[in-house]
Amino acid sequence: MIAYVGRRITALLIILFGSSFILYNLAAISGDPTEGLRGSTDPKVKAQLLSLTRTLNLDVPPPARYFLWLKRIFTGFNFGQTRDGHAVSIDLTAAIPTTIRLILLATIIAIVMGVAFGIVSALRQYSRFDYGMTFVAFLMYSLPIFWVAVLLKQYLAISFNNFLAEVTIQPGWIIALSVVSGLFWASLISGSRAKVWKVFGIAAGINALILTILSVTKWFAHPGLGPIVIFGLSVGVAYGITFLSTGLGNKAALKSAQAMAVIALVLYYPNQYIFNHAGGVLTIFGQLLVTLALGYGVARYFAKVDRRPVARTAMLTGGVIGLLILIDKLMQTWQPYLATDAINGRPVPTISESNSLLPTGNFWFTFLDTLLHLFLPTIALSLISFAGYIRYSRGTLLEVMNQDYIRTARAKGLTERTVIMRHAFRNTLIPLTTIIVVDFAAIIGGAIITERVFGWRGMGTLFNKAISDLDLNLLMGVFFVTATLAVLANLAADLIYSALDPRIRVVGS
Amino acid sequence: MKLLARLRRNKSAEVISGDIANREVEGLSQSQIVRRRFLRHRGAMISLIVLGVVILFVFSALDLSIGFLKYHGWWKYSITDQPDIRTNGCPPGLGGCPTFSLNPFGAFGLGNHPFGQDDIGRDYFALVMRGAQRSISVMFIIGIVGGAIGTTIGAISGFYRGWVDSVLMRFTDFIITIPSIIIGSVIGYHFGNLGVTFLALYLGLFAWTGLSRLVRGEFLTLREREFVDAAKVAGASNRRIIFKHILPNAVGVIIVSVTLIMSGAILLETALSYLGFGVVAPDVSLGLLISQYQDSFTTRPWLFWYPGIFIILIALTVNFIGDGLRDAFDPRQRRRISRKEKAAERKVAAERQG
Repeated sequence: MIAYVGRRITALLIILFGSSFILYNLAAISGDPTEGLRGSTDPKVKAQLLSLTRTLNLDVPPPARYFLWLKRIFTGFNFGQTRDGHAVSIDLTAAIPTTIRLILLATIIAIVMGVAFGIVSALRQYSRFDYGMTFVAFLMYSLPIFWVAVLLKQYLAISFNNFLAEVTIQPGWIIALSVVSGLFWASLISGSRAKVWKVFGIAAGINALILTILSVTKWFAHPGLGPIVIFGLSVGVAYGITFLSTGLGNKAALKSAQAMAVIALVLYYPNQYIFNHAGGVLTIFGQLLVTLALGYGVARYFAKVDRRPVARTAMLTGGVIGLLILIDKLMQTWQPYLATDAINGRPVPTISESNSLLPTGNFWFTFLDTLLHLFLPTIALSLISFAGYIRYSRGTLLEVMNQDYIRTARAKGLTERTVIMRHAFRNTLIPLTTIIVVDFAAIIGGAIITERVFGWRGMGTLFNKAISDLDLNLLMGVFFVTATLAVLANLAADLIYSALDPRIRVVGS
Repeated sequence: MKLLARLRRNKSAEVISGDIANREVEGLSQSQIVRRRFLRHRGAMISLIVLGVVILFVFSALDLSIGFLKYHGWWKYSITDQPDIRTNGCPPGLGGCPTFSLNPFGAFGLGNHPFGQDDIGRDYFALVMRGAQRSISVMFIIGIVGGAIGTTIGAISGFYRGWVDSVLMRFTDFIITIPSIIIGSVIGYHFGNLGVTFLALYLGLFAWTGLSRLVRGEFLTLREREFVDAAKVAGASNRRIIFKHILPNAVGVIIVSVTLIMSGAILLETALSYLGFGVVAPDVSLGLLISQYQDSFTTRPWLFWYPGIFIILIALTVNFIGDGLRDAFDPRQRRRISRKEKAAERKVAAERQG
């Protein structure tokens, strides 16, 4: 294993070396940073030209200059200076966390949503849902991200902020949203026309009811779930996860999942106390660990044999319920957050990565603020890779479902749930890891544009500056970071691939 | 007995659908099969027609000159004309609103300024047409250049293997690691002012990586097939084997990924122009138009909508055509057999039996 990783890392280092060499020369021949200073005869400018030539080694031809750059990196991890004289590494360390936050969340959302929709699309091949999803995926492929971003700003930020001022949903909107929701659920149903219409009616009706209640109670002004709604949702989650993970026939799993919901209800108020008095990233992380430990304990209590799937179910249920409780807490923060002077009732921002006017020290304010600032860029960025994941996971699942081992699994009498979740779905995930890598480079490119549109001060901003200033050191610094990220994603995918697929033997282990 | 009958019926249903699938390819050459399948793909056919109409519409609208040939466009304004800004009929304070209307009882048709006018009164329809011309040309040039280079490199490394393969594929790896927007910006910033043709040519020089990998894989499997051995035994030269024997069999993969390159190219070009590293003023591009007028979205939304709609229209149709081609070239692909056809077949089979 170590030998394998070592060999992969060597190969990736060679790739990094080669691509940085190509980019360096390409950038060096495509523009002369002293161009603006050349024509002048002013002695002051001449001196400036000389000093610039000296600090940037412009008298050395580009291929040789590349090795000077490389030598500096190897000797002291020194990326050189930008043209206005600060160290590239300082600019980079400020920009990297911003960009990673953006990319990571968008990637995760795109993967989860894309795989889920792709799989449903494949299981309902040639249904209305499938055709609809195919069209949506192609549409998203064809959307220019900078164009979508402007639309998002207008309709999800400005219009939504206007809506928050009055909080009642217009009847027209209720009807439109209910029809959309009805169409969505009805498109999933195959069967007689009457059945499809029935599903449409029920889905649209429930949706309209919920929206009307939310509108009448002015829920959006002071959102929250409260322990009772959370408990109801938790029981639903418990059933859902048990169904997907082990099947409802496994009584021990069902009981432990339900037990997790009850524990969440009992611990609701103590939890709020902890949230209010010791809110922080570490607290949330600690609570996650406690939840997982609880899940394991519950599974141990209910299941005497074959504990692993039961524990998995309980832990997953606990995690999702924990997320619900966290969302509830954020919703409770909503009203005071809205009332602060910095927000002034218009919470969804269209620009920058944080609100600098916000009073510091309140963890929940900062948390909600970060999430809200991530809201639009993340949607814009994940839309495009989402389309790729839908198409790819659909194609892979269809291919897997035609394999002989699926036929075998059905022939020996396994339930359809087991066939899909255990035999088909897991095998779909294996080739999916390869596309994640390819997608990662694309999402970095998307991030450059997204940051520009939303005015984030991340890698994209540095990149834009580097190109328009012809700043080679800065450009190479940005490239070094993005390429390293892409290459690391590549390595991770290789390792996951070999871990998931037992047919791939890692030579050397 | 009943069970047996049901089993037999199931069996015959399967045979029937196989029958339909087989019968429709009986006695047809590969290219005929592909053509038929493509013509039957509804989304792809609609897209092909739409794209054709858009291209004709866009390129015939404005004056064009290629060498000595001069073509006079049917649209009355050029991109440099600055007619007076229209104010009557517009909301107060908003000059230059669009006259395009689909209302059959009102002012149906294009009108004087269908897409409105920009700040200085230039006709926005002419600007959008010029931008769409630029985007479509860039798309085709990148597709052709990238397709040619990718096919060549993939074919050489897949056919010769060995050290040639390693060198070429390592080179491909190097370029694949650099995000296309970075490489595009570096090129575009310098070559954007040389004109859109040069920009597209240079971008095409780096757009071939994915294609070359696919072509290489195709060549690696095809070169082991019997017909290649037969050609070798018959004394065919390497060049003949590559061009006459293997390449025609790999053409499906090539065409499909060239359409993907093309739909990616139009988005890359507009994105670069948006960032300011692609087509630069005074030339016009759809991305540039959006970047210039994105702030006027709330006041004069037409300046924002129309260029975007054209980008989506072109990219979407190209993507659908690519999907249709992929289905048509995929030998494993079986058409979905509709219930009606199945029922008709079953009836025929029943009659034959009884």
